[in-house]
Amino acid sequence: MTTLTDLTIAEARDGLARGAFSAVELAEAHIAAIEKARALNAFITETPARARADAAASDARRRAGTPGPLDGIPLAIKDLFCTEGVLTTAASRILDGFRPTYESTITAQLHAAGGVMMGKTNLDEFAMGSSNETSHYGPVENPWRRTGDNRPLVPGGSSGGSAAAVAGRLALGATGTDTGGSIRQPAAFCGIVGIKPTYGRCSRWGIVAFASSLDQAGPMTRSVRDAAIMLGAMSGFDAKDSTSADMPVPDFEAALTGDIRGLRVGIPKEYQVDGMSAEIRNLWDDGIAWMKAAGAIPVEVSLPHTRYALPTYYIIAPAEASSNLARYDGVRYGLRVDGETLDQMYENTRGAGFGREVRRRILIGTYVLSAGYYDAYYIKAQRVRALIARDFTEAFKSVDLLLTPTAPSDAFAQGDKSNDPIAMYLNDVFTVPASLAGLPAMSVPAGLSSAGLPLGLHLIGRAFDEETVLRAAGVLERAAGFTARPASRD
Amino acid sequence: MSLIDGRTGAWEIVIGLEVHAQVISEAKLFSGAPTAFGAEPNTQVSLVDAAMPGMLPVINAHCIAQAVRTGLGLDAEINRVSVFDRKNYFYADLPQGYQISQYKQPIVGRGTIAIELPSGETRSIGITRLHLEQDAGKSLHDQHPSLTYVDLNRSGVALMEIVSEPDIRSADEAAAYLGKLRSILRYLGTCDGNMEEGSLRCDVNLSVRRPGGALGTRCEIKNVNSIRFVRQAIEYEARRQVEVIENGGTIEQETRLFDSAKGVTRSMRSKEHAHDYRYFPDPDLLPLKLAEDFIETIRRTLPELPDAKKRRFVSAFGLGAYDADVLVAEKETAAYFEAVVDARDGTPRRDPKIAANWVTGELFGRLNEARLDIARSPVAAPALGGLIALIADGTISGRIAKDVFALMFETGKDAAAIVAERGLKQVTDTAAIEAEIDKVLAANADKLAEYRSGKDKLFGFFVGQVMKATQGKANPGAVNDILRKKLAG
Repeated sequence: MTTLTDLTIAEARDGLARGAFSAVELAEAHIAAIEKARALNAFITETPARARADAAASDARRRAGTPGPLDGIPLAIKDLFCTEGVLTTAASRILDGFRPTYESTITAQLHAAGGVMMGKTNLDEFAMGSSNETSHYGPVENPWRRTGDNRPLVPGGSSGGSAAAVAGRLALGATGTDTGGSIRQPAAFCGIVGIKPTYGRCSRWGIVAFASSLDQAGPMTRSVRDAAIMLGAMSGFDAKDSTSADMPVPDFEAALTGDIRGLRVGIPKEYQVDGMSAEIRNLWDDGIAWMKAAGAIPVEVSLPHTRYALPTYYIIAPAEASSNLARYDGVRYGLRVDGETLDQMYENTRGAGFGREVRRRILIGTYVLSAGYYDAYYIKAQRVRALIARDFTEAFKSVDLLLTPTAPSDAFAQGDKSNDPIAMYLNDVFTVPASLAGLPAMSVPAGLSSAGLPLGLHLIGRAFDEETVLRAAGVLERAAGFTARPASRD
Repeated sequence: MSLIDGRTGAWEIVIGLEVHAQVISEAKLFSGAPTAFGAEPNTQVSLVDAAMPGMLPVINAHCIAQAVRTGLGLDAEINRVSVFDRKNYFYADLPQGYQISQYKQPIVGRGTIAIELPSGETRSIGITRLHLEQDAGKSLHDQHPSLTYVDLNRSGVALMEIVSEPDIRSADEAAAYLGKLRSILRYLGTCDGNMEEGSLRCDVNLSVRRPGGALGTRCEIKNVNSIRFVRQAIEYEARRQVEVIENGGTIEQETRLFDSAKGVTRSMRSKEHAHDYRYFPDPDLLPLKLAEDFIETIRRTLPELPDAKKRRFVSAFGLGAYDADVLVAEKETAAYFEAVVDARDGTPRRDPKIAANWVTGELFGRLNEARLDIARSPVAAPALGGLIALIADGTISGRIAKDVFALMFETGKDAAAIVAERGLKQVTDTAAIEAEIDKVLAANADKLAEYRSGKDKLFGFFVGQVMKATQGKANPGAVNDILRKKLAG
C-alpha cells in the first residue's frame, strides 16, 4: 500500500471513484508515512484520529453517492489556520495551548469538499521566515539532500512544513499561506507546485494574521492539476473577510488545456539580478525555450521599480505585523507570564512568547509607524508599492503572463543564513513584487541544481487570472518532465 | 463671551468639546454581537470583539447610516470616501491592541450647531468632524484585592466622536452646546444621549488667553460625564490656568481628569505612557465609499430637528421663543405638546399657547414632583387636550381645571369623566347664578349696606360667597357681571 502515498490528488480521486482503494486505506497509508517521517518535523500536531474519522465519513459519502471534489484526499494544514478544537500555534510559544472554538473559512471549505485532515504543519513563527528555522517547535528538514552531502537542508519558508509534507509523501496536498513568497519559495526548495492566488481570492478569516494586506492562502501539491483542484475548493467570496473578492470561482482544472499558443510571456529584465547563478539563469532560459516551443511568444518587459520591492516589503509587512501581533498580550489566551504590573506582564509574556525574528519584525514595524518616521518609511513604502503595482499593470498591457525564477538559489543548509537576516530576506527577491501587487503567482518544479536539488520557475499573472497561470504552469510542468523525488531515508 | 477677572486683568476662556456618542445600533461596529446596556459581563462578546487569532472586522452598515444621519443633522459635509485607521496602544480592556478609528479621513467633515444662551442670544458653534470608532471594554478594579477583571461587553460598540471647533467661550456656552448636541442626536435617533449610562461622554479642551489675543496652551479634561460636571470642570480649570499664569507659571499641554466628587481637575499624565498611537490605515478594511443614493435615502428620512421645530412653534403657533425652546429641547416633550395641540392640516385643535402653559406649568410641575419623565406621564397628551377643550367650551373654569388635572394625574381618568363624576360642570345658567346671588345678598345685608356706603373692597367677599355657594362651578365672568348689577342696586 506504500504506493498510495505517491499518488497525485487527481490519481487518488480516480482511484477512490473506481473503488480501487478506500479513503480509510489512503489515510492509513499517510498516517504510517507521517509516523515514519517524524525526523522531518513537518508536523506540529498530527491528527490521526481526526484523519481516520474524516476518511470513514468520506467512504460513507461515497457509498451514498455524494462525494465532494476532494473527498477522501489526505491534506496537511499549515498551523496558521485556526482549526476547531485542534491546537493552533502559528509555531509560536505565545499561542501555547490555544485551541480555537472556530474553524477557518478555508479549512471549513476543504472539509466540506471531503478533505481528510492529517495534521497541522510546522512553519516559521507567525509565518515570518524563509527557512522554517524560526519555529518554536524546531526547524523542519527538507526531505531532499544534496548529492553526496548528508547535511540537513531547510525546506524554505514560511510554509516549510507543508512543503516538506507534500514532497515527503506525507499528504497529497497541503495548505500554505504566502505573504512575500511563503508558498512559492518552499515549493521551489522542495520540488513541488505552489500557487499564491490573487489577493482576495481566498478568505483570510480564521488564518492567524501576519500582514493583512499581503497574506493569501493557497495550495501546495505535487502537480499543477492538483493545485487547480485544490485551489477550486479553497477559493470564493467570504462575507466575513472585507478584503475577500466577490467574484465567481472559475473551473481551474478546466483551464489546463495545454494550449498556450500565441500567449505573450513577459521576461522582466530587472529580475536578472547581480550575482544570479548560472544554473538559475540556465533554468530560466530553459523555461523561456519551453514556452516558446509550445507556441508562446517571449517578450522582454521592464518592471522598473523591482529593486525597491524587497525594502518596501520589509517596511509594510512588519508595520502591519507589529499591529496584528499586539493582541498576543497574555490577557485572554495563549501564554501568560505574570508580572507585578500590567506592563510587566506584557513585557514578560511577549518577551518569552515571541522568538527572535518575530521580535525583530515587531520592532521594525513599530519603528516605521512611529511619529516622525511614519512619512519617511510607511507612507513612502505605500507610494512605492503603488508604483510596483503600476509596473505590472503597464507590463500586462503587452503580455499575458510573466516568467521568472522562483528563488535565487536552491535549498541551503540549516543554520547557513539564520544569523544574517538580510541574506535570508533576499530569498524573497523574486516573489515579493507579485505579493505587493496582489497578483496570482505560482512556482513549478522545473529542474535540478548541480547539487541535485529542485529548482522552481515562477509565473505571475493578471489579477484574478489564475487560469492563465495554471495553464502555462501545466505546459512548463510537462516540458520540464520533473520526475525526481527526494531519496527515501528509511 | 464671559471673561474671568484675574489679578492682572481679564481672561477669555477658549473651549472645544470632544463628545463620544454611542451609536444606537443592535450590533457592534465591526461584529454581530449585541450592544444592550447592563448585560452580565462578557455575555455580549463575539470572537472579533475578543480579538481571537484570525478574526476580521466587517463594517456594520447600520452604524455607517447612523453616522451619515448625524452628519446630515449637524448640517455637515458627508465625506464620500473615508478610511478606518488603527490606533495602537496596549491596555487590558483593548483586546486587539489597537482601536479601529478614523484619523485622517473621517466620515463626516465640517458642520455647525446653533446654541441659545440664557441671555436669549444665539451663537453658532463649528463642528470640526465626526468620526466612527470602536469603544474599548471595561476594566473592573474593584472586584478583587489584587486582580483587575475585564468586561468586554462594550468592546467594539460603535461610537461617534464629534469634535467641536474651539468656538466655545464659557461654561454656559459649553452646557448649551452639549445640551443642543444631545437634543439633536436624540431627535435623529442616532444616540440615546444617556450620560449616566455612558452613552454620551465628554472631554473638554480648554485654554485661556487675553481677550482676542493669541491662543494659550490647552489642557484636555477627560471623563466629564454630565452637563453639570462640564460647567464645574470648566469653571475650575479656567481659574486654575489663570492662577498658574498669573503666578508666573506656564500651562503644560496635558491630559487631566475631572474628579466629580471634589469638583477639581488633576493631571493624569505619566511620562512612560506618553502615547505614540502609530495610526495607520487598517489593512483589514477597505476605504469606505458612500454612494449618493445611500446618502439621499437617509436625507429624505431626516426628522424635523429642534431648530426647525422651534421656528414652526413660533411662526405657526405664535409661541414665545422661550416657551418654544423649552418645548423642543427634548423630542418627547415636543411630541407630547404637538399631540396636545393636535394640529390637523395646519389648524391646531387646541390653543397652542394655552397648551404650552399647561405642558410647561402644571404638567412639568406634577412630573417633577412625581419624578417621572414625560413618556411615563399618567396624563396622556390626548387627555390633556380633552381638558383644554373643556375649558375652551366653557364646561369648566380654568380654576376647576387645575383640580381636574390633579385628579387626572392621580387616577389616569380623562377630564370629561372626572367632571361628570364629581359634578364639576360650570354653571352658566344666569337665572341660577342670580338666585344664588340673591341668597348671598339676603344673608349678608350688613355687608351689602357697607358696600353701598362706599366699601368697594367687599366686592371680592361677595364673589367668594357666591363661588362657595356654587362649589366653584359658577362661571366667574357671569358671577362678576350679575353681582355688579345687583350691588349697584
